[in-house]
Amino acid sequence: MSLEDAFDEPAFVPYLCVGDPSVERTREYVEALVRGGADVLELGLPFSEPIAEGPTIQGSVVRALEAGVTPEVYLDFVSSLDVDVPIVCMTYYNLLYQYGDSDGPEAFVARAAEVGISGFVIPDLPAEEAGPLRDACDEHGLDLVFIVAPTTEGERLERMVELSSGYLYVQARMGVTGAKADVSDQTGESLAKVSQYDIPKAVGFGVSSGDQARRIVEAGADGVIVGSALVDIVAEHGDADGDDVPERLEAMARELSEGVAAGAENMAKPEGQ
Amino acid sequence: MPAVQELEDAYERYVLGNEDGFVDEFRRRLRDFGGRPTPLQRADRLSERLGCEVYLKREDLVHGGAHKLNNALGQVLLAKYMGKERIVAETGAGQHGTATAMAAAHLDMPCEVYMGTRDIQRQRPNVFRMRLNGSEVNPVSAGRGTLKEAINETMRDWATNVEDTHYVIGSVVGPHPFPEMVRTFQSVISEEAREQVREKAGRLPDSVVACAGGGSNTMGAFHEFVGDDEVSLFAVEAGGSSLAVDEEIGVAPNSASLSTGTEGVLHGARTKLLQDSDGNVVESHSVSSGLDYAGVGPELAHLVDTARVTPVNVDDDAALSAFHLLSQEEGIIPALESAHAVAFARANPEQLGELTVINVSGRGDKDLESVIEETEKRELENAPSMDVFGRAAGDGGGI
Ligand SMILES: Cc1ncc(COP(=O)(O)O)c(C=O)c1O
Repeated sequence: MSLEDAFDEPAFVPYLCVGDPSVERTREYVEALVRGGADVLELGLPFSEPIAEGPTIQGSVVRALEAGVTPEVYLDFVSSLDVDVPIVCMTYYNLLYQYGDSDGPEAFVARAAEVGISGFVIPDLPAEEAGPLRDACDEHGLDLVFIVAPTTEGERLERMVELSSGYLYVQARMGVTGAKADVSDQTGESLAKVSQYDIPKAVGFGVSSGDQARRIVEAGADGVIVGSALVDIVAEHGDADGDDVPERLEAMARELSEGVAAGAENMAKPEGQ
Repeated sequence: MPAVQELEDAYERYVLGNEDGFVDEFRRRLRDFGGRPTPLQRADRLSERLGCEVYLKREDLVHGGAHKLNNALGQVLLAKYMGKERIVAETGAGQHGTATAMAAAHLDMPCEVYMGTRDIQRQRPNVFRMRLNGSEVNPVSAGRGTLKEAINETMRDWATNVEDTHYVIGSVVGPHPFPEMVRTFQSVISEEAREQVREKAGRLPDSVVACAGGGSNTMGAFHEFVGDDEVSLFAVEAGGSSLAVDEEIGVAPNSASLSTGTEGVLHGARTKLLQDSDGNVVESHSVSSGLDYAGVGPELAHLVDTARVTPVNVDDDAALSAFHLLSQEEGIIPALESAHAVAFARANPEQLGELTVINVSGRGDKDLESVIEETEKRELENAPSMDVFGRAAGDGGGI
């Protein structure tokens, strides 16, 4: 299934960093998320300087690096996964840039295509510098997702949308990732700003409950991205030797995906009448 | 990062275009508050020892004790012109944090400084100075607790609060326009030095020597000489304890990214980096915290690639020894960072030509605790006995 098709119905998009606390545990966690209703998976490839992440995901990235997750380990892991939802690789540009012997991201993109990755989110790649990665993604049939901040507007926004495929990552609030108790007022405004563009819009940064997910979809989102709230569960209960995290993740995923579905239903009603 | 676009626009208007008289005000404040111009001093005994004319550009005499104020004052003033209400900064040696705290107090802006926990230990006097000037110091314990982690944390704060906050980055690093802007603010060093050396020696130097951490002092000291092909430019990096990188544990016992790094992308810039073969950035090391950074400014990396700047390095021992040398022979206690430049000149007089300018980027008061401790660990033939201070490592030692 293509990434864009995954957003035909409003989609629930969970994030986990691969290798926290171990690659094998991540496999069980990911399968649990899919059972709980994940429509797309964002899987983090850990990088030493995760500047877009708040403390929760930063901690996860550090644990994954300590567990020995390199790009090669990550790609092998994705290759061995048996799930039928699209997988998006979330990482930082230098890892793509250094991969293989080539100067540029093409070698990594080629391998990513081979192992079944559908697209990328690269938070530290500015639109101005995205040409080579965009070209490589086009060549190998992958999507490239840009993050639109509340302050992104004008020509810059146009350029970002033009470069984006798969979906747009609409940042719900300023700053870095991290679960928050409430949905930011900025979400509605941010969605309105991009509503004219014909590409799925997924909202992330701070979502932590089914109720929030419902309201975000009611505000017009095509998808809801949830990272820190899930990583919190791993951070608190995860154990490389075995734990009850799969059950906890599945329950949380179910709550979130049901929130997304409830939002979609509420949206559908006024239209249907 | 749209914030960088807003900054680029402001940089072009105010700094390059002197809109609202920004540049005039900056120059006036550099003079009256900052103590510029700094002298270019002939170093008599060092000249004799090295067998060439040695001039010292005395950035240690800038208010606050280092070249860092040139940039901090420029950026805090720019933030004011942009209508920002809050300043954040990162610091390694604490020297940039101190300069920013001073500039922020001077211009009445609230300021928070992020600093690695390891650097906080190494640079206590500067931590106190920041707090004395009314700034908050936020410890960063990620990684090894040095500059790279402090930069990550400051970027996060900035990304969260861009609307009312300006990030005063401390060197010629980070996303455009920072590297160019910081270089512009620091170019006052070479602008003055070029004029002063012509006045005093009647000609341009054969070489300019400056230490490189992120590279702001280097770029500042070099910029006006870049067009003078006959002037050799030496960027002196911290060779630390060894030039090797331990990939296994992700540590480089040096911070010689120009000499040993490879091209990569860090903090929004493509430049030379200390990294492992996967592209993860490794921790750097130097006895001098101001040089302890795994990257370097992209323009400096470019000048090295095009062979205009020669990258060289000296190790911790040589820098410490040069610290004592300059103190004894010239009565100037240099920053440990600056001591790297002196150490290179001392070890390689034949590369300097007949007339050289060494940039003394800062004064060493901030480093006394580390110097006592590090000197005791070594046998340096020119170091005084440190017993007078008591045992630095024990309680009641230090200053
Ligand atoms: C006195 C002094 N010199 C040099 C440096 C190195 O930084 P840069 O290379 O950016 O000038 C520092 C950094 O803190 C410093 O304090």
